[in-house]
Amino acid sequence: MGNHSDGSPNHSGTVATAGQSEVAKFQDPGIPPHRLRLADTDPRAAKRAERQVALLFGSSVVGTVIFLVAYFAIDLGADSTIGTVRLQNALLGLGTAFAMLGIGTGIVHWAKALMPDHEVSEERHAIRTEEDRQAAVRIVDDIVEETGIKRRPLIRNTLLGAVALAPLPALAIFGDLGPRPDDKLAHTMWAPQDGKLKRLARDPDGTPIKAADVTIGSAFHVIPEGLNEMHEGKLDEKAKSVVLLMRLNPEELNPSPERADWAYNGIVAYSKICTHVGCPVALYEQQTHHLLCPCHQSTFDLTQQCKVIFGPASRPLPQLPIAVDSEGYLVATSDFHEPVGPSYWEREEHVRNNNA
Amino acid sequence: MKALSQKRRHPMAAIALLLMGLLVTGGLYAVATTVNQAKADTTSVSASDVEEGGKLFAANCATCHGMGASGSQAGPSLVGVGAAAVDFQVGTGRMPMQMNGPQAYQKPAQFNEEQTRKLAAYVASLGPGPAIPEENLVDGKGDASAGGELFRVNCAMCHNAAAAGGALTRGKFAPALAGVSGEHIYEAMVTGPQNMPVFNDSNISPEGKRDIISFLKTIEANGSPGGADLGALGPVSEGLFVWIAGLGVIIAFTIWLTSRTS
Repeated sequence: MGNHSDGSPNHSGTVATAGQSEVAKFQDPGIPPHRLRLADTDPRAAKRAERQVALLFGSSVVGTVIFLVAYFAIDLGADSTIGTVRLQNALLGLGTAFAMLGIGTGIVHWAKALMPDHEVSEERHAIRTEEDRQAAVRIVDDIVEETGIKRRPLIRNTLLGAVALAPLPALAIFGDLGPRPDDKLAHTMWAPQDGKLKRLARDPDGTPIKAADVTIGSAFHVIPEGLNEMHEGKLDEKAKSVVLLMRLNPEELNPSPERADWAYNGIVAYSKICTHVGCPVALYEQQTHHLLCPCHQSTFDLTQQCKVIFGPASRPLPQLPIAVDSEGYLVATSDFHEPVGPSYWEREEHVRNNNA
Repeated sequence: MKALSQKRRHPMAAIALLLMGLLVTGGLYAVATTVNQAKADTTSVSASDVEEGGKLFAANCATCHGMGASGSQAGPSLVGVGAAAVDFQVGTGRMPMQMNGPQAYQKPAQFNEEQTRKLAAYVASLGPGPAIPEENLVDGKGDASAGGELFRVNCAMCHNAAAAGGALTRGKFAPALAGVSGEHIYEAMVTGPQNMPVFNDSNISPEGKRDIISFLKTIEANGSPGGADLGALGPVSEGLFVWIAGLGVIIAFTIWLTSRTS
């Protein structure tokens, strides 16, 4: 402090005193001098700007005509090809662009080049006066006084009651928006029906899969048998029950004791629905045995019961216990032992119920 | 039946039963394992092809895959991979591998067709495996619509719905499929090269594979109906385009609106 290298005189190290802070009143610099445009001084430049504006408006007309011709003259009948569709799309887009941009740019150019451009300054209005504020308070007081709400508590209380109850019908209506899913999220089509185990079938044709069909390194996209025959709620069921079926060398699987009989000769089935936000996890690398979710790169290791080894997912993919029936087809011995897919409010409760 | 029941305690009965059981099991097993080999080795190869292929193999491939293709530390055994695997790996230039890495890259083929055919004949002679597909399965004249459905279920998650390819884990990727011959696409499906899963004939039938190839050839020939597809990579390239080109145009207009005319 006090060691200025610019040669200014050294005062005491105290802050500026009151006298020093009084600077001269800020001078209004006013509006800069008006600069004339070329079109203001030269009539030929003005004429040129006029023609440019007209040209822009004209291009809008051309754009509209192109749109109409493309819409009506290009026939998308039975003998049209994808090329015809592309041509029409391109012309419709270009026509609209010219029609809109022609008007817009024309108006802006007109305003900028030809309309008067005098600078005008407008004085600021006074923001609020004390009399206005007082007048507003008086109005509110008058209203309260004239309604007599303070003197008539019966009216006030019944009004409060009515207002408090009025939203109830809305609550009833919203409550009817849909049946609660209850435990639908906790169960899938894989549960055995009438004692009959569900076979694993190919997506999309729905033919059942034999264990012998699944060679080492294969990946099958699987739906439950009977899904294709459903008429109602088919997609809802498919969204929960899709499964990826893969075969590894049995030595490469390291099942925990309670899952020892969930695989068949190295064939394993896992839910395809990511436990993060429910994207289909189906990117299977047959040499590393990793399953990758394409949405957020969650990676699951098939050799460790689909443990999460990378990414935001917090739980392994649920495994579907499978076996082979008397005809050699793969069947699910039970439903998934936990709800598939991402977390939801009642999930913990459903997990407890499933295990009970 | 009476005679049979009387003989059930005969000393030879157990042996006869065992033999019958073995025959049935063996027969069933033979049927089950013909899933992929039904059409193996249909193309005629001469003994001299196999012999010359063996020489080529010893000179170019044995360093990693071992003498007799039995495998080594550096490369897997090729017994039973079939002619299709060789035709794909060598025909697309992936083998011989340029360098070790997460994945073998496609590059100009190192062997001509004749040499590739001989190498394939040699490897096919080592053990039965998927054969090179017949001409009519890879002609691209199947049902493109059915192929599209199969492609979206089985292939699109890795190769992208528009077959533009996509990233996998740790440096690996699924390649784009434009410009790949139908034969190589078919061979990749039956052999599962590198990290691609195998799609054998019981998973996707030969007709289904033909349909998939037809679908790929159709979308390749017709291009994107919506105009420039920006690599068909989805939100990444489209978002980048909007941020740079779209916002750029808006900024340019804003500057023009507020500038003074001369």
